[in-house]
Amino acid sequence: MNPEIADKTISVIAEFKEMEKDKISVDTKLDSLEMDSLDALNLVFELEEAFDITIPDEQAFETKTVGEMVEGIETLLEMKDKETESGSEEE
Amino acid sequence: MSSRRVVVTGIGVVSALGNDVNRFSENLFSGKSAIAPIESIDVSSIRFKKAAEVRDFEAAELFEKQELAIIKPFSQFAVTAAREAIASSGIEWKDEASRQRTAIITATGAGGLTDLDQQYEDLYRHNKKRTPPMIVPQSMANSAASFISMETGVCGPTYTVSTACSSSNHAIGLAFHSIRSGMVDAAITGGSETPISFSNLKAWEALRVVSGDTCRPFSKDRSGMVLGEGGAMLVLEEMEAAARRGAPILAEIAGFGMTADAHHITQPSVEGPVRAMKNALEDASLETASIGYVNAHGTATNANDSMESEAINQVFGEHAPNVAVSSTKSMHGHTLGAAGAIEAVATVLALKTGVLPPNANYSEADPDCNVDVIANEAREVQVEAAVSNSFAFGGLNAVLVFKSLN
Repeated sequence: MNPEIADKTISVIAEFKEMEKDKISVDTKLDSLEMDSLDALNLVFELEEAFDITIPDEQAFETKTVGEMVEGIETLLEMKDKETESGSEEE
Repeated sequence: MSSRRVVVTGIGVVSALGNDVNRFSENLFSGKSAIAPIESIDVSSIRFKKAAEVRDFEAAELFEKQELAIIKPFSQFAVTAAREAIASSGIEWKDEASRQRTAIITATGAGGLTDLDQQYEDLYRHNKKRTPPMIVPQSMANSAASFISMETGVCGPTYTVSTACSSSNHAIGLAFHSIRSGMVDAAITGGSETPISFSNLKAWEALRVVSGDTCRPFSKDRSGMVLGEGGAMLVLEEMEAAARRGAPILAEIAGFGMTADAHHITQPSVEGPVRAMKNALEDASLETASIGYVNAHGTATNANDSMESEAINQVFGEHAPNVAVSSTKSMHGHTLGAAGAIEAVATVLALKTGVLPPNANYSEADPDCNVDVIANEAREVQVEAAVSNSFAFGGLNAVLVFKSLN
């Protein structure tokens, strides 16, 4: 797990939930953060903005822990890098 | 309670299923879904690609050039549907008194909001220094009501209701009560919506409730709603006056119930819709056993369809298995502020023809949706009365009851 991405993800969640950052770790279960469906939707949006990624609908609410969320974001960032590379080749 | 009764004497529709009642009816009862890839705008950067768009609507043939400069599509759909409804009812306003005793109550969720996209792009991106002069009256929500009034000369109570996806049911219900109470003797009522614009589709994408597949209400594999555009209008008249002039009586509008969930801005509750249906049945003085069909709100979101099924079971109890249910949104899409009006047309047609419209795209029963879904094929059943549900974001519920007079 990329520590920078994990740290940034935790920062986004902490700010969103108005919590101390050290109360959240990669092992934190999302259920324990007491978010309703609108909170979840808004958090997904905040993460998309922070990382400049698009989280597909089918993945948006699948993750159970902060660590799973970080792994998902890592995958999407890798895909984005590949797309950018192939995009520049086409140009 | 008032002894005045109210009947539907005319209907008109512009929808992806057809731009008049005949074509709409043919496609509705054949279970043909009009959901298709979006053609009117570029959706390459939007995650979902389908909607139920109005096709082959020739505005230039329906409106004068001067009119076209001041009337946006959401109003064009409403005016066109109103013209058809008025023509089919044969209603005429021969004197000032009758014009004053007719109401026009229209509905729209967003009015001309989506028409403003182009203006914003011009101002913010292209640094244009001015906008076309009629943007304000073109995009106001009551534009359609005002055009219908100017065209017909009808000058009684005229206004527009906006309660998101319940808008049209609220408008039709208020028109019905205005006639029953004696405030007016007739009404033109319904709604219209044009939600297909880039920024609006982006907004719906962000809500994550739109299906990338298609609209499958009550089906276990449902994956969300599909947007639609269109409009529909009804002519309502006091029953005795309608009978005296020999009007074509399509159905009675017998009950209206409305409630608020007071719960959550997007998540529906069971309790609010249950009370709205019960209020509508009580308003209609009908027992649950009289209802043979529910035209469901049925958006095909996970939350709505299980909630609505539970609500139907709570309202109808032991009679619930005898109530056939379909969401015609599976064919004409979710037209938001126009939904209740288009579905009122479908419900009136069902009562008039003795055929219940199907719930298209249904593939698998869901134990969480324990209702008798009219799966994919229309059902020939003459029911006595029918319920049409609309439930809106913000927890606002509006339910109509229609009764057959066959």
